[in-house]
Amino acid sequence: MQELLVISGKGGTGKTTLVAAFAAMAKDKVVADCDVDAADLHLLLQPQIVTKNEFFGLNKAVIDAELCTKCGSCEEICRFNAIKDFSVDPLLCEGCNVCRHVCPSGAIIMEPNRAGYWYVSNSTYGPMVHAQLGLAEDNSGKLVTVVRQAARELAKEKGHHLIITDGPPGIGCPVISSLTGVSLALLVTEPTVAGRHDLERVLRLARYFKVPAVVCINKYDLAPEKSQELEDYCRQEGIEVAGKIPFDEDVNRSLLAAVPLTSYSRGKAAIAATRLWENLMLRLESV
Amino acid sequence: MIVAVASGKGGTGKTTVATNLALALQNKLPVQLLDCDVEEPNAHLFLHLDITCEEAVTLPVPEVDNDKCDGCGKCSEICAFNAIAVAGDKVITFPEMCHGCGACALVCHTGAITEKPHRIGVVEIGNAGRIVFAHGRVDIGTPLAPPLVRAVKKHASDSEAVIIDAPPGTSCPVVAAVKDTDFCLLVTEPTPFGLHDLKLAVGMVRELKVPMGVVINRYNEDYTEVSEYCRQEKIPVLMTIPFARQYAETYARGRCLVQDYQEWLPAFIDLWYNIERLVQQHARAISN
Repeated sequence: MQELLVISGKGGTGKTTLVAAFAAMAKDKVVADCDVDAADLHLLLQPQIVTKNEFFGLNKAVIDAELCTKCGSCEEICRFNAIKDFSVDPLLCEGCNVCRHVCPSGAIIMEPNRAGYWYVSNSTYGPMVHAQLGLAEDNSGKLVTVVRQAARELAKEKGHHLIITDGPPGIGCPVISSLTGVSLALLVTEPTVAGRHDLERVLRLARYFKVPAVVCINKYDLAPEKSQELEDYCRQEGIEVAGKIPFDEDVNRSLLAAVPLTSYSRGKAAIAATRLWENLMLRLESV
Repeated sequence: MIVAVASGKGGTGKTTVATNLALALQNKLPVQLLDCDVEEPNAHLFLHLDITCEEAVTLPVPEVDNDKCDGCGKCSEICAFNAIAVAGDKVITFPEMCHGCGACALVCHTGAITEKPHRIGVVEIGNAGRIVFAHGRVDIGTPLAPPLVRAVKKHASDSEAVIIDAPPGTSCPVVAAVKDTDFCLLVTEPTPFGLHDLKLAVGMVRELKVPMGVVINRYNEDYTEVSEYCRQEKIPVLMTIPFARQYAETYARGRCLVQDYQEWLPAFIDLWYNIERLVQQHARAISN
């Protein structure tokens, strides 16, 4: 089983656009959306949901006012400042159990917290696993792990050997959960000072977890000198630039039409995305 | 007044808005800019920054004295984060999983567990012209962003204008950045992705009970659903920044609109005063 993960460090560089295009071109694969707190891939792939499953994050502490003697020991010991005036702020509670442990009157219970949903779906472009974390929830990394596990099981069941995953922005908890153990990471960047800065950090993350990585420069012709700097940087680091996508109005049009780029357009960005996909397939054969 | 600049979707222009706002205000008011996107901080790339001080941010993680440990397993039983486990007669800790709650040390009846600081990142403090600046940088491989976000926010002074550049998304690091601010400015773009993630961000800001307004970046007339949505939800659109190739080039080179295009200077100053007015209105509405 091979897993291709698309991440970027910086948000808005074109991860979802590329994953949708790959999903439209690849055969016999499962698609997973691991950007669980702002999932967008379903807007392009338009999946029909087959099963909807509850996701439980860590428990949240709740104080039973009838049992509470207002001794204040819970508030004193909580390191997350989640307890004030004998009531718990669920936005601050991390579910650590410490308050329940110190409560002398057994007034604190840890309640399960439904923190979102995950879905197994069918789409024109094949089977898909995606999720929606509840608003202002934590444990996005745990939900990512659930999505990846479900995608692997679905691939096994369908006899597919490839999973294409849309990752979250950043380099924190949900990215780490998306990255560990994948076959190849595609790092999507853009020719801007921020794109360059964030590429360096996400590349260090991939190396930290020993995941092979290649780079795609999106909208490379918007700032040719910045693109050249990115290419020089990749050469120095020994990282392959597997594709360069030009700025093309068709990309935005395909988003507005809610159709994957390569199914919508035969323009220059679609051609470059196709070439990138061919490179990635070659690369996946060798990892 | 503390204003957080956030967005559901990444790459919509949070840092553009936060840095331009800070630069526009610096000759008017005492300004502080706090970059709370600790996974990928970018604001410093647009400012000429003098970092004057740096402090490591740590969490207290367990250290186990295996001579004192009797292998009872209570520590791993109470730990909600799978950060401590008993394997045979040895206790293994996973500091990168630890939230620093102190539960393990609390339940250990032999006193085998003490806590030691574990570094998760760094906060850097400095100045950019008249702007007082701080940002956080999570160490590579560290999953825990929220404690670092809170460490950056601790530097919020009583400056007249405190601007927070928040991370993307709608989950815990964003909540940590936006919670207890006076106003949240949501930056979006006129695409189906922008709208979808704006709706999520609006839901999150409502949970936090913070008043909000919207900036539509890369604005064009092709997709009016974002403006339509804001009208329906009665969320004020406080600024639109049109799509223009020269603006993209300004950004690509690490420059700001207010530096290259003078007309944006009064626009960002107005944006601030409009926010101030909305915050006052909100305060009045609450006290009534």
